[in-house]
Amino acid sequence: MAGRMVVGSAALAELVRPASAPDPAGGHRVLPVRPELTGLLPNRGLRRGSTIAVGVGQPGRSGGTSLILALLAEASRAGSWCAVVGVPTFGAGAAAEAGIALDRLALVPHPGPEWPTVVAALIDGVDVVVTAVPATVSASVANRLAARARQRGSVLVPYGRWDGADVTLQVVRGVWEGLGPGRGRLRRREVTVSARGRGAAARPKEIKVWLPGDELTRVIPRATGSGSGSGRSGAGRLRVVVSAAASAPAARSRRGAFTVVGPA
Amino acid sequence: MTGAPARTLLLWCPDWPVLAAEIVDGVPATDPVAVLHANRVVACSERARAEGVRRGLRKREAQGRCPQLTVVDHDPGRDARAFEPVVAAVEEVAVGVEVIRPGACALAARGPSRYLGGEEAAAERIVEHVAQSCAVESQVGIADGVFAAGLAARDGRVVPPGGAPEFLAALPVEALGRPALTDLLRRLGVRTLGDFAALPAGDVLARFGFDGALAHRLAAGRDHRPLAVRQPPADLTVTAEYDEPIDRVDAAAFAARTLAEQLHERLAAYGLACTRLGIEAVTAHGQELHRVWRHDGLLTAAAIADRVRWQLDGWLSGSNGRGGARPARPTAGIIRLRLVPDGVLAQAGLQPGLWGETGEERERAHRALSRVQGILGPEAVVTTVLGGGRSPADQVRLVPWGDERLPARLGEPPLPTGPGEPALPAGPAAPVPPWPGRLPPPAPAVVLPTPFLAAVHDATGEPVVVNARLAVSAAPARLVVGTGRPVEIVGWAGPWPVDERWWAPAEARRRARFQVCLVDGAALLLAVEGGQWLVEAIYD
Repeated sequence: MAGRMVVGSAALAELVRPASAPDPAGGHRVLPVRPELTGLLPNRGLRRGSTIAVGVGQPGRSGGTSLILALLAEASRAGSWCAVVGVPTFGAGAAAEAGIALDRLALVPHPGPEWPTVVAALIDGVDVVVTAVPATVSASVANRLAARARQRGSVLVPYGRWDGADVTLQVVRGVWEGLGPGRGRLRRREVTVSARGRGAAARPKEIKVWLPGDELTRVIPRATGSGSGSGRSGAGRLRVVVSAAASAPAARSRRGAFTVVGPA
Repeated sequence: MTGAPARTLLLWCPDWPVLAAEIVDGVPATDPVAVLHANRVVACSERARAEGVRRGLRKREAQGRCPQLTVVDHDPGRDARAFEPVVAAVEEVAVGVEVIRPGACALAARGPSRYLGGEEAAAERIVEHVAQSCAVESQVGIADGVFAAGLAARDGRVVPPGGAPEFLAALPVEALGRPALTDLLRRLGVRTLGDFAALPAGDVLARFGFDGALAHRLAAGRDHRPLAVRQPPADLTVTAEYDEPIDRVDAAAFAARTLAEQLHERLAAYGLACTRLGIEAVTAHGQELHRVWRHDGLLTAAAIADRVRWQLDGWLSGSNGRGGARPARPTAGIIRLRLVPDGVLAQAGLQPGLWGETGEERERAHRALSRVQGILGPEAVVTTVLGGGRSPADQVRLVPWGDERLPARLGEPPLPTGPGEPALPAGPAAPVPPWPGRLPPPAPAVVLPTPFLAAVHDATGEPVVVNARLAVSAAPARLVVGTGRPVEIVGWAGPWPVDERWWAPAEARRRARFQVCLVDGAALLLAVEGGQWLVEAIYD
């Protein structure tokens, strides 16, 4: 009987952990990402301790920043803290639209020569660390940072060339919709993202997503005040929706036979 | 309710709104000045009174009687602010002061008159002290009860104990300060407080209601209301003097830590916590550096020490971090450090979230970000706050980590993100400016802090211009950014005009925006300002 008890407790030792200990195998092991991006990542999310590189946009392949925002969005909304290092051009408006909680997002726009120290310090305390990769990063520094992230359970997202990442995401193509010659406005973009990596992610994958999607542009923000009556456009019908901002000039340059909704 | 009303000493500053205007706004009170509220004179200066200006006059009539009259708007906040030093001066001589209204404060006469040797001596002493420390003229009245003392102060009289009813009996009913009641009493033939006090109390209550009954009691000198004494605020400031001037950062940091712990202990003793902290340092040559640090959570002892260290670090080492707004290097070491807790609140008022939201994760992130601040300086780690504005850069304010997250300008609340998420319920209805002309979503993911210069050409190679009537000379066909190669434009929309702050010439900005799509798939936000094309943001 006692022997069985010992065996039983030994078996439980794997399962039971003190409440204060960090959760090694629970639901927090993988930070969530948007459903359309789960197919790209080996664990269907941002696995803690992994390094997920995002290739920097090249001519004709823009969209890297939007891809990063999309990667962070779900994790941030679920309560994770994020930091972005070395991106002085970070568009906070786009981040908020993507669903990132700005009060849990810290920016270090100019890390300077202390870059490795700053990133290492952030890995200690922040769940997802996005960092622009400086031009000269030695392999040893890169390995040290990746090892630190693995040990601390943070997700390191280098933005730029990074050898040895678990997954490297790259925008292959982006096509904007909504802008014609002299009319319309940017509405959404179809982005083709490729993923290649090591281990479970070795097989290259490619998906198409909307970045940014059109859920934002479908709802026209209602401006306070009486002069702006912009409503919602019909769900599936093709209409040019002119917001209060763009109404006057767009109406002037309107040539096609589209319905204009709003104060033209 | 038994016994006589307490002996009360009342300090009254005549024409206080006029004096407050002089103290705060620098309007000389020796000139004819009138303070107006709702187009009626509330108070006027001595010279204005000599010209015939009275309380209750209309503005036009007052100016008719005294053409050189300076008119000041009534501001109760200004009156109260200016009166605070006077109250502090009175508190230096006597304790237990009640502020009746800005310009008048009362205290129990018993203590000071015993201590200073008689009521007249106490009154003289208080008036003198107020005049010396605040340069404010005042008068003192002493009587039984606040009401009688207030009336005695107008003549600067000391009414003997028990003499309040006789003193009041001779005064007209206007002294009650109740215009409607006074008017009625006059028409009933009751002209003095003595006449009013002689009426039977029960009949007064039945005819004039509770307020009339209270006025009746006051008129009879039965003013039993005790003084509502104010509690002087606790002095939480901690100061340290150094015999040996501190000129090294590490020594200053060490001194700061001790001082921070001292402050923290003192705050904890009162059950308070600090959310805003002023740090003052004085050098041996008398240079002063003062800065207020805000914090959205509570400042712990370590956080206070960090802030002292950052401030002194930046100051003593002359230059640390970017931003050229640093003060010049001091010429001598620091001899005095002061920590002034500026915003304090009860410790129990802040409590971490129940479901972890602001618990351990926040604490961990906070430590990491504070560490980075320690490496790079406090302004190197920022969070963003979205506010109102027309361009993507205007809508964002960068707030150093740990400071209060307030937008520079009010804007719309963020859009509901994601299809399934319900819209947030509307918060307290603050008036939100509409920002007409702002860009529709999606917002650009890359916002350039300094725009790139660009050139836009039409199909024939001529530069595209936008005239004052917002007509585009030709369809944009090619874009050249900086010295790069021309790229073909496949889609464009605009011009969307923005004419901002035209009333302030230094900040005025008039530009027309375009969204363009290039042949390689990139989308840009262009602006043309004074004929110059700029790339403002990239839809990356």
